Amino acid sequence: MMEKSRRSFLKVAGIAAIGLGAAPAMNFAASDSHGTALAVKSKNEAVLSAHRWGMVIDTNKITDEVVENIVAACHKAHNVPDFNHEVDEEKFPNTRPVNHKQEVKWIWEEEFHNSFPDKEDEFLAEKFHNLPFLVTCNHCKNAPCVKACPTQATFKREDGIVLMDFHRCIGCRFCMAACPYGSRSFNFRDPRPFIEETNPNFPTRTKGVVEKCNLCAERLAKGEQPHCVEASEGAIVVGDLEDPESEVRVLLNENYTIRRKQSLGTEPSVYYVM
Amino acid sequence: MLEIAIKGSKNYWLWIVFLLAVMGAGAVVYIDQFMNGLMITNMSRDVSFGFYIANFTFLVGVAAGGVMVVIPYYLHDYEKFHRITILGEFLAVAAIVMCLLFVLVDIGQPTRLLNIWLYPSLKSVLFWDTLVLNGYLGLNIIIGWKVLEAERNQVEPPLWTKPLIYLSIPFAIGIHTVTAYLYCGLPGRGYWLTAILAPRFLASAFAAGPAFLIILCYIIKKFTKFDPGWEAMQTLSKIVCWAIIANLFFFLCEVFVVYYSNIPSHKAHIQYLLFGYHGYNALVPWMWTSLTLMGTGAIFLLIPQLRNNRTLLPVTCAMIVFGAWIDKGLGMISGGFIPSPLHHVTEYTPTRPEVMITLAIYATGFLVLTILYKLATQVKEEVHG
Repeated sequence: MMEKSRRSFLKVAGIAAIGLGAAPAMNFAASDSHGTALAVKSKNEAVLSAHRWGMVIDTNKITDEVVENIVAACHKAHNVPDFNHEVDEEKFPNTRPVNHKQEVKWIWEEEFHNSFPDKEDEFLAEKFHNLPFLVTCNHCKNAPCVKACPTQATFKREDGIVLMDFHRCIGCRFCMAACPYGSRSFNFRDPRPFIEETNPNFPTRTKGVVEKCNLCAERLAKGEQPHCVEASEGAIVVGDLEDPESEVRVLLNENYTIRRKQSLGTEPSVYYVM
Repeated sequence: MLEIAIKGSKNYWLWIVFLLAVMGAGAVVYIDQFMNGLMITNMSRDVSFGFYIANFTFLVGVAAGGVMVVIPYYLHDYEKFHRITILGEFLAVAAIVMCLLFVLVDIGQPTRLLNIWLYPSLKSVLFWDTLVLNGYLGLNIIIGWKVLEAERNQVEPPLWTKPLIYLSIPFAIGIHTVTAYLYCGLPGRGYWLTAILAPRFLASAFAAGPAFLIILCYIIKKFTKFDPGWEAMQTLSKIVCWAIIANLFFFLCEVFVVYYSNIPSHKAHIQYLLFGYHGYNALVPWMWTSLTLMGTGAIFLLIPQLRNNRTLLPVTCAMIVFGAWIDKGLGMISGGFIPSPLHHVTEYTPTRPEVMITLAIYATGFLVLTILYKLATQVKEEVHG
């Protein structure tokens, strides 16, 4: 209600501005009309910011249980549909059978040779074969999906996070072809019947749009760590790649890390401690 | 001129009604897709483009192939193409109409389609592709219409059509080059990541387009009093011959590079298409059928006695069109997604609804083509008697 009345007020103010001379009227509308206008403009003190966000995943600390917790936390918070979820027939009658190849996922488990197909050594140490690897959007510095998107629905924020505008996406799926990491999912159908418990603080998606990991931009803005980091029991750290003092940079300095398909020049921002 | 289209024989109307029926059936299926999403297709997270985009790619080629009559006639004054140039231009119109429809049905949120132009992204090849496709469509409609109208009135076409005709030539090359760039600029897709993709697309286009035009010439000769001319068809068949040989040669280059270099991420796709990969081989019989059809077609066109055989020529052309359709439609798009960037294998075959919508789009294209060809042939009958 408040939001609505403010918007209609702005409209009236805008029209008035044509007659009154734009500058004073717009200032009036922007600052004096409503108490929260200033708060919107100023930066939240608690916000977590970086010049370029990056992630370090310590593969030694990743166990099957940790993986399960991380995936569940992320998918639950972001209303990612689970097509194994039994549909509430009363709420969603006549839901058609699921094609599991049309699944949606933001972060998930892969084996080493799938996560790093170009690093598939002939005589790789046995332990790596069975280790669970977590893969997600790499928030590449040179993101091919951002280039491919014909509507700028996928865009790169100044702090390196590759984000999506679900309302602008036309569902052409060019970004999915462009991503060398298979990090993107398309909503082949309405996902809502397959969300066990909808998180009201994050939008659900409609059919026909693409989605992917957003590095919990909505949580960073509130000064909170991403869900995967919280659920990871110390296995995942996010931070500023361009700050030599940051925790991620310290980890990168002290450990041997690899990235997925870095030979493609996309400059992924997710590092794996081996 | 359009009034010509509403006067026709019983067969003409039967054909129109048949096309409308197919379009109607497809429209019903499309309503389901519009309401429930692309879940009715067999596309998946791993194979995110399917039958729609495959046919789109093939038909961009057919449209571009029209330039193979435009260049000889307008740039080299090759008089024998005088009678068929308009057929090439109108074929391009019908093909582009189908292309745009295929893009439309492939979009997850079709009501937001205009976002492409509302938020133009100069780095996105898709943005440029929509521009050149619509530009080429507009050019061919204007040129075809004006030139035909002038012919009907037995006057010279207006002077301003000339620069448009010359402009349509780079546009024809452009539509297929830009369409190839959609795929070949993507870093993680080994099958498409090759500088020869655009030339390969053009070669197969310059084979499939004119080959289809030859078949259309046969149909026109059978059903109308207009004769496109055997000599023009002979020249066209030579164009098809060298284009299909170039296409096969380019494919051979691809095969050599991936197998000799032995780089897994590039080899895996051709391995999947030609021999199967990790036990998955749904497309193997199709690919060999395609290569056999194109190869045999090339030989048939190379040997003068076989090329000049009036009964064999349309069969040869059908072989080449079908072979190129498999190669570019089924193989090119699925092949790029299999295996996936994570080296999983998810195979793809279109569902029945997908096929139905596809057929309806082809019916729409044929409706456009029928009407335009009716205009063209009738005007030419009137003028030339």
